[in-house]
Amino acid sequence: MHLTQHEEDLLESDNDAVRKAMELLVKLGDIYGAEEMIEIESAQASGISYKSIGDPGVEFLEGFAEEGAETSVPTFANPAGMDFERWEELGIDEAFADKQKRIRDALKEMGIVLSFTCTPYLAGNLPRRGQHVAWAESSAVSFVNSVVGAKTNREGGPSALAAAITGRTPKYGLHLEENRQPTYRIDVEADIESQADFAALGSWTGRLVEDGKPYFAGIDSGGTDDLKSLGAAMAATGAVALHFVEDVTTEMDPPENVETVTFGEGELEEEYAELTTADDPELVVIGCPHCSPEEIQDVAATVEGKALTSDLWVCTSASVKTWADRNGLTETIETAGGKVLADTCNVVSPIEELGYESSATDSAKAATYLPGFCNQDVAFNDKETLLAEVTE
Amino acid sequence: MTSEASNETAPEAIDAEPITEGTGRGEVLRSPVPISFYGAVEPDTGEFIEDGHPLEGENITGKVLVFARGKGSTVGSYVLYGLANNGCAPAAIVNEETETIVATGAILGEIPCVDSPAADLDSLEDGETVAVDADAGTIRRV
Repeated sequence: MHLTQHEEDLLESDNDAVRKAMELLVKLGDIYGAEEMIEIESAQASGISYKSIGDPGVEFLEGFAEEGAETSVPTFANPAGMDFERWEELGIDEAFADKQKRIRDALKEMGIVLSFTCTPYLAGNLPRRGQHVAWAESSAVSFVNSVVGAKTNREGGPSALAAAITGRTPKYGLHLEENRQPTYRIDVEADIESQADFAALGSWTGRLVEDGKPYFAGIDSGGTDDLKSLGAAMAATGAVALHFVEDVTTEMDPPENVETVTFGEGELEEEYAELTTADDPELVVIGCPHCSPEEIQDVAATVEGKALTSDLWVCTSASVKTWADRNGLTETIETAGGKVLADTCNVVSPIEELGYESSATDSAKAATYLPGFCNQDVAFNDKETLLAEVTE
Repeated sequence: MTSEASNETAPEAIDAEPITEGTGRGEVLRSPVPISFYGAVEPDTGEFIEDGHPLEGENITGKVLVFARGKGSTVGSYVLYGLANNGCAPAAIVNEETETIVATGAILGEIPCVDSPAADLDSLEDGETVAVDADAGTIRRV
């Protein structure tokens, strides 16, 4: 691989963390056939929840910080295993909390923004079209590639951190324009109306195309939250990092020369059934990926003046929660019996340890991960339906 | 049997592709199946604890660990780093193909690592001592 003088210097750095970070990127570049490095504008670090990385992860992050790791570009942290202000109230074990705080402290020492969110683009890290970045959380990767038009591969925790430290990433995969073309076409004949419909379309498609790049023809609208749900689902059932929605995210005409499949009403209905294994959820969770202000507004409007008959978590970033607090939405939701939580979500927090066995969600991503990661039976449906079933 | 025959004519080096740098020497510990380090190896002792794995009960510290490839959680990289920090790392790693989880862990933990050896992994026998030179890209029986 061709390296600039500066990159050669990083490889010889006296700072152990910098040297190892550069070695890692060069080696990964070799494995993936990169010819050079490319400078990045921002990074997003994953592998932040103690539940995901365990003691080896805590020791790695502390060790790396001690070796001198420091970010050189804005770097946002993925969700943690708990709300840092309300973990006790949620019943999170003190030993778990201690480890999670050690992770937080190591991230802080490295200069990582303690954002603890999977939607950094809603919380202060929004790249521009065409910029190269190194992001790691799969739904955020999909969103910046597909909706924003920035360029990133699906990074792992260490490779994103190495990119954050050195300010560069090997130039291969989705950093190259020739790899950013559709490989499947999905003709959508079903009526895609709710955010959950977008999610179901996504989970069905991800299973089909795996790591392909689908082009959706026939959806005539889609808001930020809809596209967030679509991409998150495809990145969970598949490894989709880039997709196209006709007239919504791209002006490109539908491709003619790729495998084409149809998603009709039958597929939509079957996908809802595929994602559902429970009918009496103990916990309803909204906010996978983390809620936007509009979604919290929707939840507040739906539960206002009512009483919830099951637990409700509304998960978001601390940035968006501040806004929900100020506008009284948090109070409305909590008066009804719900909780608005920052920093975490139902997938990366230890909800199975909190006594929950069944969850409801409008996220196809959460519905995909909850059975395996959290031993949950799952009910999947749109927000309004889920909330109507648990309010009186 | 072929490996015994090659043992007798031995100290010829087996060529391999360097993944990391450095040299390491130790007894071969070969796994016939892939390894997921997370949940399989104790980072502070090097003990292999995964239930039902062919290496269960072995200790990988100071061994030349031979296995086709890594698998499973990306946290496996952190386990290799932790083993190195705790002085419990293998002396070297030889793979058929080093995928990103093992490559990342070997780089962070500065563990000598090579892949694509010119001989079958099976020809490296448990207990024989070999020297892995990840700078030169060779595996040599000692």
